[in-house]
Amino acid sequence: MSTLALEAINVSKRFGDLQALDKVSLQLRQGSIHALLGENGAGKSTLVKCIVGFYVPDDGEVLLGERQQAIANPRDAHDLGIGMVYQHFTLIPNMTVLENLVLARPHLPAVIDWRKEREAIGARMQKMPFQLPLDVSVNQLAAGEKQKLEIVKQLLLNVKVLILDEPTSVLTPNEADEVLGRIRDMTRDSGLSVLIITHKFREVMTYADDVTVLRRGKHAGSARVADTNIKFLAELMVGSEFTSTALARESVAEQTLKLEIDTLKVADDSGKAAVKGLSLQVRGGEVVGIAGVSGNGQRELVEALAGQRPQFYGEIRIMGEAYAGQRADLLRHGFHCLPEEPLRNAAVGRMSVAENLAFRRFDRQPFSFGGWLRRGAMRAAATQAIADFNVRPPVPGIPIGNLSGGNVQRAILARELSERPNVLVVANPCFGLDFGAVSEIHARIMAARNAGTAVLLVSEDLDEILELADRILVMSGGRLVYETTPTEADPVIIGRHMAGHGEETHAH
Amino acid sequence: MNGEESQWLTVLIAVLGGAIRVGTPFLFVSLGECLTEKSGRINLGLEGNLIMGAMAGYGVAWITGSAWLGVLAAGATGVVLGFVHALLCQQPRVNDIAVGIALMILGTGLAFFIGKPLIQPTAPHLPALHLGAWSDNPALRAALEINALFIVGVLLAPAMAWFFRSSRWGLAIRTVGESDDAARAMGLNVNLVRMLATMAGGFLAGVGGAFLSLYYPGGWSEGLSSGQGLMAVALVIFARWDPMRCLYASLLFGGAGALGPSLQAVGVTSGYYLFNAAPYVLTLILMIAASSTKVRSGMPGSLAAR
Ligand SMILES: Nc1ncnc2c1ncn2[C@@H]1O[C@H](COP(=O)(O)OP(=O)(O)OP(=O)(O)O)[C@@H](O)[C@H]1O
Ligand SMILES: [Mg+2]
Repeated sequence: MSTLALEAINVSKRFGDLQALDKVSLQLRQGSIHALLGENGAGKSTLVKCIVGFYVPDDGEVLLGERQQAIANPRDAHDLGIGMVYQHFTLIPNMTVLENLVLARPHLPAVIDWRKEREAIGARMQKMPFQLPLDVSVNQLAAGEKQKLEIVKQLLLNVKVLILDEPTSVLTPNEADEVLGRIRDMTRDSGLSVLIITHKFREVMTYADDVTVLRRGKHAGSARVADTNIKFLAELMVGSEFTSTALARESVAEQTLKLEIDTLKVADDSGKAAVKGLSLQVRGGEVVGIAGVSGNGQRELVEALAGQRPQFYGEIRIMGEAYAGQRADLLRHGFHCLPEEPLRNAAVGRMSVAENLAFRRFDRQPFSFGGWLRRGAMRAAATQAIADFNVRPPVPGIPIGNLSGGNVQRAILARELSERPNVLVVANPCFGLDFGAVSEIHARIMAARNAGTAVLLVSEDLDEILELADRILVMSGGRLVYETTPTEADPVIIGRHMAGHGEETHAH
Repeated sequence: MNGEESQWLTVLIAVLGGAIRVGTPFLFVSLGECLTEKSGRINLGLEGNLIMGAMAGYGVAWITGSAWLGVLAAGATGVVLGFVHALLCQQPRVNDIAVGIALMILGTGLAFFIGKPLIQPTAPHLPALHLGAWSDNPALRAALEINALFIVGVLLAPAMAWFFRSSRWGLAIRTVGESDDAARAMGLNVNLVRMLATMAGGFLAGVGGAFLSLYYPGGWSEGLSSGQGLMAVALVIFARWDPMRCLYASLLFGGAGALGPSLQAVGVTSGYYLFNAAPYVLTLILMIAASSTKVRSGMPGSLAAR
């Protein structure tokens, strides 16, 4: 039996009434990759945050190389050679890559000699698995690059134990393979030990050596990956046999034209054109999927539709009427939207779940009467929605920002699907969701479609689009460059169009 | 040189001199606010710091006979008010803007109350450097009579820019100001960094107050400040949280403030009140301009997040 790089024993953590972790233990072998699985809200992030001292566990201990270590804050963890990449980026957007890398060092000199730093880091960057430009401001990096930067940041600190909290949620499958492949090489070559949280069984089976499953804050099981299979892990996660909720695609008779977008042009934050004359139509009972690599104008398109980017050129029509994304428009046309990063784009983190769920109708009956809000009615409606959509913990009064990532997603979806939508726009609805939640949300989108809703699905996950869409469009450089149907779709050709090399296919 | 031309030259020189004289308190308060805001907190109470500083500086200078001790005492009151601000703000569910307004009223009221006996006596003034001695133009000589504190402020701006860029402490402040979570992940004590930044910012605002009572306009009275502390907040936004731009913007505000009196000095009296309102109009224009998203680049992340 090989030596342990890190061991957590009986770690417990409570947030108010919620036992987020209940005596969880985990053993990370030296030079191995250990995957941590669990449903949304199972306590994965909480466990690793306890290990690195971001939270102080109520109970339990952490052993490092078989010696007990007191880790009171992340700086102690740094000193012991433990580095962590958090689920939400901790890069500083207004600073450059170089500044971010230097800042990460736990013991900075009082005065920083930038010339020396850039030389030293530039030289070491050559030997890193990923290369990044040093002088670019982080807010100009794409999500994949940010994730690589987070990892490089830790590797530059010579960590012996690297903890990654859902590093691949924001990556395309190709990027994920690149990142995980390089990390596996490092565990083999330099004895790095890695603890990685992910929702993707494929990644666990391909890259991990061991796996631990958490269920509702408890340790549900551990195994060598070689001795286990996906079905077993899935059952450990949910605690029973998993029954897929996949819904069949039904033919919808009434297919009226519901959403029309006509030569839409939208600018990004810096004023540059991001959507460059895009036209499309979505009929009732149809899912139109827009595939593409992030940063090709999808975000601006969705924001324009949601009314978050009121200045655009071109026209958006719903049921033949001009649509400007005002609140009155949303309500009159039954327009619903689940944008990406819902915590930032569709919720107020410090307000309660119940209040967030009431955003669409807080000023009408029954939530408000004679100018007064009726909190009781809001709570009742929220309790119902929470039960329907399985939001955990089922407490309408807590701030929505305290929910785990997946549960925020469910809560917002509960709001947007509460009345039957006429037009539904969803962007990356399943980022960071566990497999059960993914299949449940897919089923709900399909159910809306079958009931006659016009659905526009913007996603970076091609599998998701292939599963749900009736028509597939590929977006690249702010334009729609390719159209196909799921039956005729060829992932290779789609991938080429996504990368902006579509013309080559026509050439021969 | 004909009369008309020399008149305008006089106005120009007077505005320049005014830019320096009126601009100095702006400079100190805005650098202080810049420091505090870089750490992710807004201290609207600096107007209170300014007036407390003016009173305490004047009082201590009068008692000890040393203007520089007065400046230090003014800074110290700023540190205390900054500490109170930070202490209140780190309590749960407390809003920094509200605390700032409360402290502004408290600081002003307290200064008027304690400062009652200081209206009569005369304290020593801060020394000035006569950089215009070479010229025989009296207006220019007066304009170039530059106070030592202004020089300190001018040196302080690039020093602070360097501090933010290249020192460990400066980077810590910026990190805390950009993101609580990132800072905590680095093991920084967010509340402590904010407290120190607010106290240091309070010190600078207090020093700005000492300039008011110990140099220009000089003396202690209840009408000493005309809202410079509040305008400095607008100025920091205009300067996009860059200390060097704070310096330029302070001179601009100072010049605007000197416009009315300078014009009056050459006999242009028609739009007197209008010109005197120049700094306030400028503040309004800057606030409107700053509400466009593009100017917000450079805003510390945790200020932008709310
Ligand atoms: N700071 C906090 N305050 C209160 N409750 C919290 C806090 N952080 C997490 N929780 C709760 O603890 C539980 C576990 O959360 P955690 O973030 O560890 O889940 P997770 O397994 O990482 O889920 P996901 O896959 O969605 O990221 C959740 O129910 C969450 O709502
Ligand atoms: Mg998590």
